[in-house]
Amino acid sequence: MTTIESSPEPAAAVESDPDARGTVSATQSDTEIESFLAPIADTLGSTDHKVIGRFHLGGGLLGLLAVVVVNVLLAVERIDGAEALLDEGALPQLFDAQRIGLVFGALLPLAMAACVYAVPLQLGARSIAFPRLAASGFWMWLGGLVLNIVALVNNGGTLGGDADMVGLFIASMGLMAVGLAATAGSVATSILTTRAPGMTLRRIPPFSWSALVFSLGVILVVPVFVGTLTYVFLDHRNGRSGFGGNEGIFDWAGWMVTQPATFLFAVPAIGLLAEALPITFGRRLPGRGLMFAGLALVGVAAFAAVTQQNLQGLPWEGGGLDTTDLADKTRDLVPYFLFNVLPVLGVVIVALVALLTARPDGEIKVHLNPAFVFGFFGFGMILVGMVGNLLYAIDDLGLQGTVFEEATLVYVVYGAAIGAMGAVAHWAPKLWGVELSTAKSAPLAFVAVAGTVLAAFPLYIAGFLDQPAGAVYDDGDLSIWNIVSTIGHVVMLLAVLAFVGLLAGSIRDRARHGDGAVDDPWDGQTLEWATTSPAPRDNFADVPVVNSAEPLLDLKQAASATNDGSNA
Amino acid sequence: MHALPAAAPPAPQRQLLVGSSLAVVAMFMLTGGMLAVWLLQRTRAIDDTGTWVPDGVTIAEVPTNVMLISFVGICVFAQWAVYAAHRRDRGHTALALGALFLVALLVINAQAFTWHEMGVAIAEGPYGPMFYAVTGMFVALMIVGLLFTTVAAFRYIGGRVGDEELLIAHAIYWYAMAAVYSAVWFVVYVTK
Repeated sequence: MTTIESSPEPAAAVESDPDARGTVSATQSDTEIESFLAPIADTLGSTDHKVIGRFHLGGGLLGLLAVVVVNVLLAVERIDGAEALLDEGALPQLFDAQRIGLVFGALLPLAMAACVYAVPLQLGARSIAFPRLAASGFWMWLGGLVLNIVALVNNGGTLGGDADMVGLFIASMGLMAVGLAATAGSVATSILTTRAPGMTLRRIPPFSWSALVFSLGVILVVPVFVGTLTYVFLDHRNGRSGFGGNEGIFDWAGWMVTQPATFLFAVPAIGLLAEALPITFGRRLPGRGLMFAGLALVGVAAFAAVTQQNLQGLPWEGGGLDTTDLADKTRDLVPYFLFNVLPVLGVVIVALVALLTARPDGEIKVHLNPAFVFGFFGFGMILVGMVGNLLYAIDDLGLQGTVFEEATLVYVVYGAAIGAMGAVAHWAPKLWGVELSTAKSAPLAFVAVAGTVLAAFPLYIAGFLDQPAGAVYDDGDLSIWNIVSTIGHVVMLLAVLAFVGLLAGSIRDRARHGDGAVDDPWDGQTLEWATTSPAPRDNFADVPVVNSAEPLLDLKQAASATNDGSNA
Repeated sequence: MHALPAAAPPAPQRQLLVGSSLAVVAMFMLTGGMLAVWLLQRTRAIDDTGTWVPDGVTIAEVPTNVMLISFVGICVFAQWAVYAAHRRDRGHTALALGALFLVALLVINAQAFTWHEMGVAIAEGPYGPMFYAVTGMFVALMIVGLLFTTVAAFRYIGGRVGDEELLIAHAIYWYAMAAVYSAVWFVVYVTK
C-alpha cells in the first residue's frame, strides 16, 4: 500500500488558496478510502492458506446456519401432514435448498476449510500448493452458491417453473463443484509435495491423511458430477428427451447430494477424532497404520459405492437365508457388503484404534480438549448415519422413498458439522490467536449432539412407519415424530449460533485485551504447535526437520530427559 | 515456543508434475463418466428404437481420423520440447511449442468442421445434446491445453530456459489429451 504524506509547504499554500484546499481535501479523502479499502483488497486477494481457509469456514458456517433454518421450516411444515403451512409452490425449492445446502453449502466447504487452514501447518509447510488455485476455488464455490440461491428464489430447481432459472440452478451446481475440486487439487498437491524434510506419508498427522483421502475423493468424484450436469443442462435446454428435463436432474446427478457420497465428504471429521486421540490420552497413536487404513477404507469404499449406485440394494426376501438358492443370495450379499458395509468397517477400524489409544495401560491421564469432545460426538453421529444407510439399502424393510434417507443425510452432515466446529476450536489458536476453552466449548458439543439426535432419529422411526419423503402424509400419529424433529433442528440452530457467538466473542476479546492463546495449548505432538499463536504469514521461520510422526513430542521428551539429567 | 532444528531448504518436490497429474486424473474421470453415460443412453436407445445416430446424420470419418493422427504429432512435439529444454536448446524448444500450438489449433478447426459436416441438431433426441456435450467438453479441454502451451512458451521466452518441470507437466497434459480423444473417437465416432 502506498501512503502519501503532505509536506508543510503545500499545506500553507492550501490555507491561502480555496481551490487548492478543495483539491487536497479530495486527495486526503482518496487516501482515506485507499487506506480503508487496501486491507480489504489485500485480504480478499490473499494467498495465505489461513485466510483462504477462514473464507471457506465463514462461508460454510453461514451455509450451515442457512440450511438449518431451511430444515426448521421444512420440519414445521411436516408437523401437520395434511395441511400446508407454507406456500406449497415454494416447497420444491425448499427441499432442493435443503439437499444442496446440506452438502454444497455446509458439508463440503466446512470440510475443505479445515483442510486448507490446518494441513499446511501440520505438514511444516510455509504455504499451500497453488494458493491462487485454492483462492479461486473458494470464489467459484461462493459464486455458485449465490447463483444457486438466486435460481431457487426465482422458481428454479428440480421442479421449478422458470426454464432459465432451472438452467441456472444446474450450472451453479457445476460451478460450486468445480471450485471445490480446484481447492481439493491444491490440498492434495500440498500433502503430496510440501511436507517437511523427513516427513514421509506415513508420518503425516492423521488429520492430514484424512484430508488427502477427502481431497483425492473430491478430485475423482466431482468431474463425473460435472460431466453429468453438462448432459443434463444441454438436454434441459434442448428437447428434454434424454434426461427427463427438470425432474431428471436428481435422477442423474442426485447421487452427489446423498449417501454414500456424503461419507467421502465426512472423512475429515473422522480424521479429527484420530487427530485428537494422542493429545487426549497423552501418548503416541498406536496402530497408526491401521488407523490410516481405516480412514482410507472409508474413502475408497464410499467412492466405489458412488460408482455403483444400482448395485447397493439388498433384495432380501425376509425369512432368513434360503439355502436352496445360496448362489443368488451370495450374489446379493457381495455387492451389499462391498458398497455398504465396507465404509462402516473403515469407521469401526478407526473406533478400534481409538479404544486401543484409550486403553488403561499404566497411569493414563485424560486431557479433555474440544477436538476430542466435538470429534467424538461428530464421529458418533456419522456412524449412526452410516448404519442407517445399511438398513436403508435392504429392500424388504421398505425404507426407500420414506423420510429415512433424509435422516441419514442429516446425521452425516450434522455429525460432520460438529466435527468442523471441533476443528475450529482446536486450531483457533493458530488461526486467530484465541483459545476456546474446553469448559466453554464442550457443552455446545453436547447441545449439538442433542439437536442432531432429536432432528434425525424421529425421522428414522417415521421412516419405519412409512412416512413418505416430502411434506405430505396421511397418518396423523406420525405428527409427534415431526414435532420432535423440529425441536431438534431448532436446538442445532441454537448450538451453531452459540458456537459462532463464542468464537466471535473470543476474537473480539483478544482484539480488545490482547491476551491470546499460548503457542501449544493442547500439549500437541505435531508441527503446527511448534509455531506461534496465531501462526505468522509463512507459518514457520525455519522449515523443521522431522524424525518421527510426533516431532514435537520427540522434542519435549528430549528436553525433559535433559532436565532430568541436569537435576540428577 | 518450542524451537525445532532448522533444516536445509527443501528440495523441489515436483509440485507442477503432481498438480498436473491430479488434473489429468480429473480429466479422465470427466471423460470416463461422460462416455459411460453415453454408452448407457446408447444401449437404451437401441433397445427402445433400434437406432442411436439420428437419421440423416453421417459420421465425418475423415476429419475425426485426422484429429486422431494429429495427436501423434502433438505428443511428439510435446516430448520434443522437453528434450530440447533438457539440453538448454532455446531454438528447438520454441519451435516444438510453436508447432504443437499450431497442430492443436488445427484439431479444434477439424472439430468445428466435423460439427458442420455432421449437422447434428442439438435438440434431436438424446443424441444431439450428448454429442455436443462430449465434443464440446473435448474442445474446452483443448483450449485449456492451448493456454497451458501459451503459458509455457511465455515463461520460456521470459528467460526461464530449462524450465523442464513445467514442460514435462505440459507434455503429461497433452499425452492425457491424446488418451481422452482416443476414447472419444472410439466411442462417439467408431462405435456410433
